[in-house]
Amino acid sequence: MKKKFDNQAQYFKYKVLKEVIKSQKNDNLIKDLLVIPQRIIPGPVAETRCCIYKERAIINERVKNVIYEYNDNVVNVIDLACDECPVYRFTVTEACRGCLAHHCRENCPVGAIEIINKRAHINQEKCIECGKCSAVCPFEAISDVKRPCITSCKIKAINIETDTKKAIINQDECINCGACVSRCPFGAITDKSHVLDIMKLIHNSNSNTKYKVYCIVAPAIAAQFPDAELDNIVTAIKQLGFYQVVEAAIGADIIADYESKLLEEELKTKNFITSSCCPAFVRYIKIKYPELIDNISTAVSPMIATARLIKNSDKDAKVVFIGPCVAKKAESAQDNLSDDINYVMSFEELVAYLDAYEIEPSQCESSPLDNASYFGRIFARSGGVTEAIRNSAAKQNLDLELRPVVCNGLEECDRALKLAKLGKLNGNFIEGMACIGGCVNGPVSLFKKPSGTNIINSSALSAKNKDTTDFMKTYNIDEFNLNI
Amino acid sequence: MVNLSICVGSACHLKGSYEVIEKFKTCVENNNLNDSIVIKASFCLGQCTEAVSVKYKDNIYSVTPETAEKFFDEVIKKSIA
Repeated sequence: MKKKFDNQAQYFKYKVLKEVIKSQKNDNLIKDLLVIPQRIIPGPVAETRCCIYKERAIINERVKNVIYEYNDNVVNVIDLACDECPVYRFTVTEACRGCLAHHCRENCPVGAIEIINKRAHINQEKCIECGKCSAVCPFEAISDVKRPCITSCKIKAINIETDTKKAIINQDECINCGACVSRCPFGAITDKSHVLDIMKLIHNSNSNTKYKVYCIVAPAIAAQFPDAELDNIVTAIKQLGFYQVVEAAIGADIIADYESKLLEEELKTKNFITSSCCPAFVRYIKIKYPELIDNISTAVSPMIATARLIKNSDKDAKVVFIGPCVAKKAESAQDNLSDDINYVMSFEELVAYLDAYEIEPSQCESSPLDNASYFGRIFARSGGVTEAIRNSAAKQNLDLELRPVVCNGLEECDRALKLAKLGKLNGNFIEGMACIGGCVNGPVSLFKKPSGTNIINSSALSAKNKDTTDFMKTYNIDEFNLNI
Repeated sequence: MVNLSICVGSACHLKGSYEVIEKFKTCVENNNLNDSIVIKASFCLGQCTEAVSVKYKDNIYSVTPETAEKFFDEVIKKSIA
């Protein structure tokens, strides 16, 4: 495995994407379909499953997920790949000594534990998964294993299907945060890919003569390619056929400015407002705290603001967003926003795309990418939105006393929202980010290490524009709508 | 109305798109051309090495903050007058 991936499951996802893109590029996809699984799983020994034939069958399913659009869901379970995780949460391990005390049996509230042959046994039919047996065992002999997908899903939208034991996603509740996508150790949950649509979009543009295909990059891109500078990555992306690369951080600059004015106005009548740049957080509120919907900021996300900026200057423009986020894929498909963004591509898909075209960012010349300010760029990490809004409010001398509650990850978001619902929130602005650390740790990014935040900060410091309004001076923002 | 587009893509932005736009705005003002010229920002005119790129009547010119006024007098004013 090359070092650029977070783990081996991501590497396999990449290999599938790369092979499909390569075949499509050579106009050979149909011919290659049956050989791609063999290329990726050459055998003869199976690495993770019972045999190479099952491994190949799973690759086949992954290929199907890239090529076909089965449904409107952004996050889907690959059934065949999901089947080997334990279903029962508490099990007695070898460490059980069959002791005299039997704390486990005595503490089980439902009588699910029996002692058979000097060993404790859990009757799984009776077990209610309270965990008391595990907590009291002096040998720590009762293991607590939850399926990683279920642990990762903070809105509890994943269940196990009783007959097949496979994970199923309740799509009405799924917020598309992508946590399960990155946390399933078998890579059995995947996000919808539009990479083939993007290739067609570029191809049909006739080298950007029929219409122009712009690419918006999320500020988290600074942390994705450790061996290349941002300027080199821009050239690499252009070599894929994009007309121009634009920073989403420009949109973040615009939104910071707009949001601060909005807050000044809204807080006259409302107790608090939540940020609206993280689509998973916004959907979390809509599903779990519908009574707080009116407190969600009406500002569009930086991605949408940047897209509107581009389409305002070029009405035939096509826009692709590249980022670390699964929820952006869902956001771009929303009825009221689908005119703004044509497709969303993940960093995982980007690196597969570049490699399929044999483009190595570190070998590319540099094209400058420097439109946004420090503040727009720090939107990619937790706390950045708040800092940017505070700066904008001060610069404009707004009558705004910002008392922020910065929520890093969905668990912190939930805590703040719960308090807000009870009227006990200690603040008037909730900055909500579904991913811990912020976008830089997004589920479909390649680099998920704590140092990501530092990389974002230094990329932000290198921006020539120091203030959110520097770029806006060149642009008439009043010309387009910044509300959802 | 004629469009005067100034590239604000990164390469041009770094070489002074903003200053060029400001100079043009003043020129339009001073020459009372508000009713005939619209100044617009544009993302990349495809001539990144010739920054700052300016598009006027289907031609692309290379302008710097220093040459902006001269360009306005020589190219734009003449074509309108």
